[in-house]
Amino acid sequence: MDDEQLSEIFKSEYSNLIAVLSNYYGLTDLQLAEDIVSDTFLKAMKSWSHKGIPKFPKAWLRKVAQNLLNEHYRRKKIYDEKITPEIRAKNHQINFIEITDKIIEDSQLQMIFVLCDPDLNRESQLCLALRILCGFSIEEIARALLSNKETVNKKIYRAKKIIKERDQIEMNLTSDQYISRLDNVLRVIYLLFNEGYYSSVDEENIRYEICWEAMRLSLFLSEQKKFPKQKIYALIALMCFHASRIDARTSGENGDLLYQEQDKRKWNSALIQKGMKYLKLSAAGDIVSKYHLEAAIAYWHTRDNDGKWNNILQLYNKLLTIEYSPIIAMNRTYALAQTNSIVEAIQEALKLELKNNPHYFCLLAELYRMNNNIEKEIEYLNVAIEFANKKNEKELIKHRLEKANRLKT
Amino acid sequence: MKNFMMLFHSEPNPDFNPTPDQIQDEVKAWQDWMEGIGAQGKLKNPGEALGFEGKTIHADGTITDGPYAEVKEIVGGFIIVSAESIEEATQLGNGCPALSNGGKVEVRDIMVFDEM
Repeated sequence: MDDEQLSEIFKSEYSNLIAVLSNYYGLTDLQLAEDIVSDTFLKAMKSWSHKGIPKFPKAWLRKVAQNLLNEHYRRKKIYDEKITPEIRAKNHQINFIEITDKIIEDSQLQMIFVLCDPDLNRESQLCLALRILCGFSIEEIARALLSNKETVNKKIYRAKKIIKERDQIEMNLTSDQYISRLDNVLRVIYLLFNEGYYSSVDEENIRYEICWEAMRLSLFLSEQKKFPKQKIYALIALMCFHASRIDARTSGENGDLLYQEQDKRKWNSALIQKGMKYLKLSAAGDIVSKYHLEAAIAYWHTRDNDGKWNNILQLYNKLLTIEYSPIIAMNRTYALAQTNSIVEAIQEALKLELKNNPHYFCLLAELYRMNNNIEKEIEYLNVAIEFANKKNEKELIKHRLEKANRLKT
Repeated sequence: MKNFMMLFHSEPNPDFNPTPDQIQDEVKAWQDWMEGIGAQGKLKNPGEALGFEGKTIHADGTITDGPYAEVKEIVGGFIIVSAESIEEATQLGNGCPALSNGGKVEVRDIMVFDEM
């Protein structure tokens, strides 16, 4: 067994075991499930160090977690008295739990739908999902979100409290509930993906892993039978197209490369193919979600033929009618510059007045660059750098400023 | 060749929450080190790893919780190696991962009694 696999096993089993254990204890006891899994890992570390890695490491972990759970159950009489009769009835089976793949799958699904909670704020939601659904350590989350361990711990603690405070936690969601919550689940997955994709962390590994985790979760959802798939397929397609450019994007020496600066030969054609497959699948039925439109936009970005920008512009127009966002409006003006005229795009962009947004000023600078107005380009780059708060963003703008200044003289 | 026992002492920390990468590093470090001894044909017995649970019985009959109620270090595990001398056995202890975690390795000779 190679090293990669071992770390991978612990990551995936973390979320698997938590899901199963909390399913049996009731989700209010997320902490208990986490403690049991931590103990299991600690035992594994000691035992495997000494005795070698067992032949079936996953089965080993599941067995030990199961024993710890049963042991806990035997010891905690007080717990027994506190719990509701229904859960007690369920608890009777605890001594006979067999942690099977089927149980893991069902528990995982339920966990995803309970943890993706509309009441959580963005940061807490991210931390919780990364910890429980993706099995990242607190340390890794802190690194990925450019935060520190204490803050991440606090956010997860608060998120868990919010979930715990719901008296009625539906352990068995009805199919209507699954369908109505799916949008929120997809939103969280998309959030995860973007966090990985646009993160300003220098360590590429963590960024990749977050993106792959988001893709893994959505692939997992796409295999379930409880809800319609079109939006999930569209989201997968969208992520495939974006992910196909990760290597090209991160290959710059001065931070991430923008789309127009990337070496197209570095785009991953296998992922583009996969994206096309899912885009096709998503088209069955009459749903057009924002994921469909964004996936289609991302698809056209991978192409190089005539009419590309016109298609992109039309899609942005549609997207804006479904969900207005200043960022989408901003991206639309770039497509406008490519199809109609740069002057028109500049006029449209100026109307947006997105104060404090470094990307907005970068876009204006880029439009003026395309219009051969170096003075204005430099002016806006200087504004952009003031509002850029991420290190690699600043680097990137600095780089562009140097280039512009060289051209000017 | 004589047999020696290596006892690994470490500071008890049952609340340690290792990350997947840390677990992997730890398992690998131990495996590499033990395999190194095994490759020389000197690993007599891979021993056992000890957990964090424990009780101590005192002379006055009292029983206290934990092996580490009054000590800063606990024995976390042991192995048995064979070597020509205690010096050689001690040499084998070099690079033991317990050392890099601030622990200690105690090397003891195992006494041999001729059977009657």
